[in-house]
Amino acid sequence: MKIESPAQLKKTAEEFRSRPTPPVKLLVSMGTCGIAAGTASVLKAVREEVTRRRLENALEVVEVGCMGLCYAEPTLMMVDQTTGRRLIYGDVTPQQVPSILSAGITEPAPGTRTIERNWYYPEFESAGPGELQARIVLRNTGRLNPESIDEYIMNDGYAALAKVLTTMKGQDVIDVISASGLRGRGGGGFPTGRKWQFAAQQPAGEKFIICNADEGDPGAFMDRAVLEGDPHAVLEAMTIGGYAIGAQTGVIYIRAEYPLAVKRLENAIAQAREYGFLGRNIMGSGFDFNIEIKFGAGAFVCGEETALIHSIEGKRGEPTVKPPFPAVEGLWKRPSVVNNVETYACIAAIIRKGAEWFRTLGTEGSPGTKVFALAGKVSKVGLAEVPMGMTLRQIIYDIGDGIKFGKQFKAVQTGGPSGGCITAKNLDLPIDYESLKAIGSMMGSGGMIVMDEDDCMVNIAKFFLEFTLDESCGKCTPCRIGNRRMYEMLEEITDGRGTLETIEKLKTLSATIKDTALCGLGQTAPNPVLSTLKNFEDEYLAHVKESRCPAGSCSKLIRYVISDKCVGCGLCLHRCPVNCITGERKMRHQIDAAKCIKCGVCYQTCKFHAVEKI
Amino acid sequence: MSDQCSCCSGCGAMPPELKRKFDELDRYIAELHPDDNPDRSRGFLIQILHRAQGLFGYLPEDVQKFVASRLKLSPAEVYGVISFYSYFTDKPVGRYKINVCTGTACFVKGASKVLDEFKRRLNIREGETTEDGKFFLGALRCVGACSLAPVVMVNDKVYGNMTAEKVADILKECAE
Repeated sequence: MKIESPAQLKKTAEEFRSRPTPPVKLLVSMGTCGIAAGTASVLKAVREEVTRRRLENALEVVEVGCMGLCYAEPTLMMVDQTTGRRLIYGDVTPQQVPSILSAGITEPAPGTRTIERNWYYPEFESAGPGELQARIVLRNTGRLNPESIDEYIMNDGYAALAKVLTTMKGQDVIDVISASGLRGRGGGGFPTGRKWQFAAQQPAGEKFIICNADEGDPGAFMDRAVLEGDPHAVLEAMTIGGYAIGAQTGVIYIRAEYPLAVKRLENAIAQAREYGFLGRNIMGSGFDFNIEIKFGAGAFVCGEETALIHSIEGKRGEPTVKPPFPAVEGLWKRPSVVNNVETYACIAAIIRKGAEWFRTLGTEGSPGTKVFALAGKVSKVGLAEVPMGMTLRQIIYDIGDGIKFGKQFKAVQTGGPSGGCITAKNLDLPIDYESLKAIGSMMGSGGMIVMDEDDCMVNIAKFFLEFTLDESCGKCTPCRIGNRRMYEMLEEITDGRGTLETIEKLKTLSATIKDTALCGLGQTAPNPVLSTLKNFEDEYLAHVKESRCPAGSCSKLIRYVISDKCVGCGLCLHRCPVNCITGERKMRHQIDAAKCIKCGVCYQTCKFHAVEKI
Repeated sequence: MSDQCSCCSGCGAMPPELKRKFDELDRYIAELHPDDNPDRSRGFLIQILHRAQGLFGYLPEDVQKFVASRLKLSPAEVYGVISFYSYFTDKPVGRYKINVCTGTACFVKGASKVLDEFKRRLNIREGETTEDGKFFLGALRCVGACSLAPVVMVNDKVYGNMTAEKVADILKECAE
């Protein structure tokens, strides 16, 4: 089928909506983490049960992307199509499926775990009590079948593109995006409208719209969720961007580690071509636009826009100095706009609902929402989309349900290897681009790694530097050699060989690298060190002055001993991978410190807390 | 591919299985029409290398030279790209590619202990393959399954909530 005009799109959407559907929809979360947690076997059980009981006309089974409830995978959501009532099941096993289907929509099935929904869709409903999350970016993710363009069309899909092509000029589009205050969600926070304006002002000719889907920040997975769960939203937004700046080619640069996202994107592009949302003369407007996919090959620095462009050109992904900015001289030396997946995912909603509506959410300087990937020691790991300006406490405690095993919150790392840590004293800070920068961290792509009392901050800083070392392209000296020296100094400290002088040297070298490295990767590499030094100087001092790791994490500085609480059960003796524990049954055991590799297995397994770290 | 390929002298004596792989790679490259726009043909390089590594398992020198000649690049330029990206390798890797995720979420949940246990049991370092060619041990940065941290990938399968004790189970599963 080919959609020839906006009027036909409207008619088709209405037709799709009036198609008879079963009264209840069962959404099965088939994103990467859902599949890894075993959703496929749950889906199989659902399909078998539906066939066995002939429920085809009563229940529509839909495979969707991530619902953001990663802590409870595999998840199922049952939706009543008429009342909109939702029932969400978590930790579903194939054995529970028959009773879940028997229970229906009104009451949860016995013996299952149900989850309270705490999000709303600001486009068509307002927040109810306890609903902290507002879904714009994730409006379709986990709700619609990502492999069906028909479902997307039914839910206002490509309506924004139709509006743009029939009622707006390129400049009008840019004006709306500028007025909305949308800022780049990839981390920098550069105003999207201004970026588009720069590219639009370049002389007419070949231009490019690029989507940065090289989500390299470890611990951030919202872009993957959008690509897997709502690929058409990205395609629609890129086409709108192309119309706005006068580009006819879009390129999606995606990392090779995301095979499912690639598959769903390829499928979506093929469908969009078939329906005429991509290709020549889109919806009879005379506007041509095409999108191709290019693959990364495992290089974090390719998230930087100049490096990304080089990678698309088939070169080593090394960054170059800006200016010239890509908007002036980008891919194949032509004006190019590079935006991140999450940024694109906001565009269609802004066009449909207007800039004013978008500004009702978030803060004055950072309107709209931000998706955060909560991970680490938080109870409910998952994706949360919240209005900008929410406090960390709300995100970590109200949405994330606090720290696992009732431990003490220590810090949260935002901004990945370029960011910094935020401590308990800033838990009530409303977060947006500026406030995070002011306290020495940054928004980054939205990964939030929560750390508890067992995490040594020196070791965390060392971890991030190791990451930077791995990923440094080697082009400039401050990053290639300076960061190596920083890493060695941190290693001295965690090994107990550091002195006060080491800490001073770290500070000096950090400042030098920040001032002199070529690109963002190098310039921001010292951030985790500076931020942990500022917030946790006492931990650094304990390492160098007392040869002690307060968190009990640096293995060279700790020793395991068995106290008189030992009942001689022999559990640790059996579990020890190097057989360094000895002792008669029912007698106190001993650890041979010379053979011990400090793996901590005995410490974790002892039921009597007899193994102690000193 | 013509019988006499331009990149190396070994074509005549090429085993049929290898010849088949080169032919397939050749077809893949031809479908991209790199000669239509020679100034931009190197834009296909990374996807071609992905395809080649999928076919051959790694990127030996012959393959690098072949790709270079088809895109009219120097072998040094192709090697430069291969050595830059961690996904590409010019050495054969083990049948079971064990990759321990060392992203931040996995790190704070103890990925290094899991990695150390693999190293100890396989007696190899990161980036190496065991002598019998069976296991390759590597580390990667975040597969985005942070809720299951720490995570290990064996070929394409994801194992979540890993501990040092589960390492033996995985190795045993592979041995079966």
